[in-house]
Amino acid sequence: MPTTTSRRGLLFGAAALSGGALLAGCTSNESKDEDSGNKEQQVADEKPGKEVTIGFAGPQADHGWLNAINDNAKERAKKYADVTLESTEGSNDTAAQIGQVETLINKKVDVLVILPADGKALTQVGLKAMKAGIPVVNLDRVFASPQAYRCWIGGDNYGMGLSAGHYIGEKLKDKKNARVVELAGLDNLELTKQRSKGFDDALKNYPNIKKVARQAADFTVESGQQKMSQLLQAQKNFDALWNHDDDQGVGALRAIEQAGRDDFLMVGGAGALSAFQAIEADDGVLKATVLYPPTMAASAIDLARALGQGKGVSGMAEFEIPSFVTCYSAVVDKDNVEQYMPTGFK
Amino acid sequence: MTQPAPAAEAATRKSAPADGGRPWRTKLVRFDVRTLSLLGVLAVLVVIGGITQPDSFLDTDNVQLVLTQASVIGVVTVGMTFVIISGGIDLSVGAIVALASVWATTVATQEYGFAGILFTAVIVGMGCGLVNGLLIAYGGIVPFIATLAMLASGRGLALQITDGKTQMVTVDGVLDLGLRESYVLGIPPLVLVFAAVTVVGWLLLNRTTFGRRSVAVGGNAEAARLAGIDVRRQRLYLYLLSGLCCGIAAFLLIVLSGSGQNTNGNLYELDAIAAAIIGGTLLSGGRGTITGSVLGVLIFTTIQNIFALNNLETATQQIAKGAIIVAAVLVQRRTAHTS
Repeated sequence: MPTTTSRRGLLFGAAALSGGALLAGCTSNESKDEDSGNKEQQVADEKPGKEVTIGFAGPQADHGWLNAINDNAKERAKKYADVTLESTEGSNDTAAQIGQVETLINKKVDVLVILPADGKALTQVGLKAMKAGIPVVNLDRVFASPQAYRCWIGGDNYGMGLSAGHYIGEKLKDKKNARVVELAGLDNLELTKQRSKGFDDALKNYPNIKKVARQAADFTVESGQQKMSQLLQAQKNFDALWNHDDDQGVGALRAIEQAGRDDFLMVGGAGALSAFQAIEADDGVLKATVLYPPTMAASAIDLARALGQGKGVSGMAEFEIPSFVTCYSAVVDKDNVEQYMPTGFK
Repeated sequence: MTQPAPAAEAATRKSAPADGGRPWRTKLVRFDVRTLSLLGVLAVLVVIGGITQPDSFLDTDNVQLVLTQASVIGVVTVGMTFVIISGGIDLSVGAIVALASVWATTVATQEYGFAGILFTAVIVGMGCGLVNGLLIAYGGIVPFIATLAMLASGRGLALQITDGKTQMVTVDGVLDLGLRESYVLGIPPLVLVFAAVTVVGWLLLNRTTFGRRSVAVGGNAEAARLAGIDVRRQRLYLYLLSGLCCGIAAFLLIVLSGSGQNTNGNLYELDAIAAAIIGGTLLSGGRGTITGSVLGVLIFTTIQNIFALNNLETATQQIAKGAIIVAAVLVQRRTAHTS
């Protein structure tokens, strides 16, 4: 998958900034001069430093986004001469993944990056690693205890909903009695509820807009096609559609094509290459997508390297890397799609 | 359980061909009562749909939609019905659909256009069916285990081929088949394929030696063997047939979704088995009808359609689906007793 480092750097910066916002309380506004004066703060950069072995326990890549996560982590690790990546076979089986992480602990890697199949279920093994003196970078699905990780970096599901809701809200704000439809992801997942909550909360700012229907699909093309064709049948007219996931969006767009509908605007989610291309071509209903950037995996490798080398993050005054980094769910539309294109996943 | 042993009936037919005419007729009448009960369930659903969503449920678009959505799983269910009638089970249908669909949508295959995609889907489906059949018929592995193994490895292979990515179809002829312009007299091509598979399946089961042998093997394999049926070869053919149906279904799914993905055909095995059981096929083998299975599929699809039109929540949908399966089977039982 083609990815550019510049975009990653940009995202990393954005991620670090949002993390910085959390730490704003303990950051003084005017101490910059003093800081640079009396500290010898080391900031992680591209120059080779201390050798670091990073253990990576990723997900089973049975979905475009998860696959992009693995690719991003591996590509990023290759970039650094001082990083050795020990990655395990991706798994969505909790027991298997616990075994894999334990193997990495036994191998005495310097830092661990874990995207758990189930954050709660992997908490214990995260704690075990931390107790063994191996700092853990928890990627995306969060552990139940903050003691189980040194740093968390992940996406903002609620924020995705907010971004999508605000984008649609702005587009429809002059329309009376606007009707909006939501094609959600897998309802068994907590993240789906968060995305819907964010969306609903954003729409509250626009009293002229009403959400008239919501159906959940399974994050697959097939389910997207099936549920969307039924939604289109149920809702003969509406003004906007938010679809939680670009993979199922492939199916949803197919259903829209089959029904011959073009009377509404559609916003996707996640940031797939096919979605970016459709937005750029601008010949269909898909006008924008809200990001859940898979580049967070590359950033996790950056953070892990900085942890292993005992360095801080560039652009921040702190000596240490932040404990919590939430990636921003940017809206990608025709205006900025070119910039994001290289991060699109297949 | 409720009927005289079908195997005995089949064996009778086999051993006493002079008597061949009558069992057919009684069988038809009996199945008609079952079929009627299923039609009744379907009618109730249609009434519910019509009352709750009078504007959108009964219009032509929606009928086309329901039938289209029934097509893919319907073709799979026809194959599954044969397998279950023979006393077997095929847990690998969903995985075979996934594998066939991703293999048929690889870039290499797409270079050969429409025919290449169709051919690959069917060949991969039959290849998987052949492996299932050989393992079960000649390897002596019970169908549950053999097809469970195929489920696992088929899904794994599909994942390996796609690397988790969605493979878009760029061959125009394929995509066009799913569009309104290609409807024949208002009937989507997918539905025509489904109808053709149903008719062929019905003829095969009810009007050929192959069909009689399938029932006989399911009713009592030993009796069938004594009656001169090559039980092993028959079993091989049955799994091959199921694989073929999966291949066809995979092609339909490619047309429908415009892509191949390793998650395709998710849980088809359960849906197809449930539809066949609702349709009156005995899980222990020896009895079943194509008409019943197809009605089972239509009942399922109609339920899902009504749920979506009424904007029900996912949890409610799942609970209601479970309840309706039980209700449909109970109605079936009751009808079977009284007939």
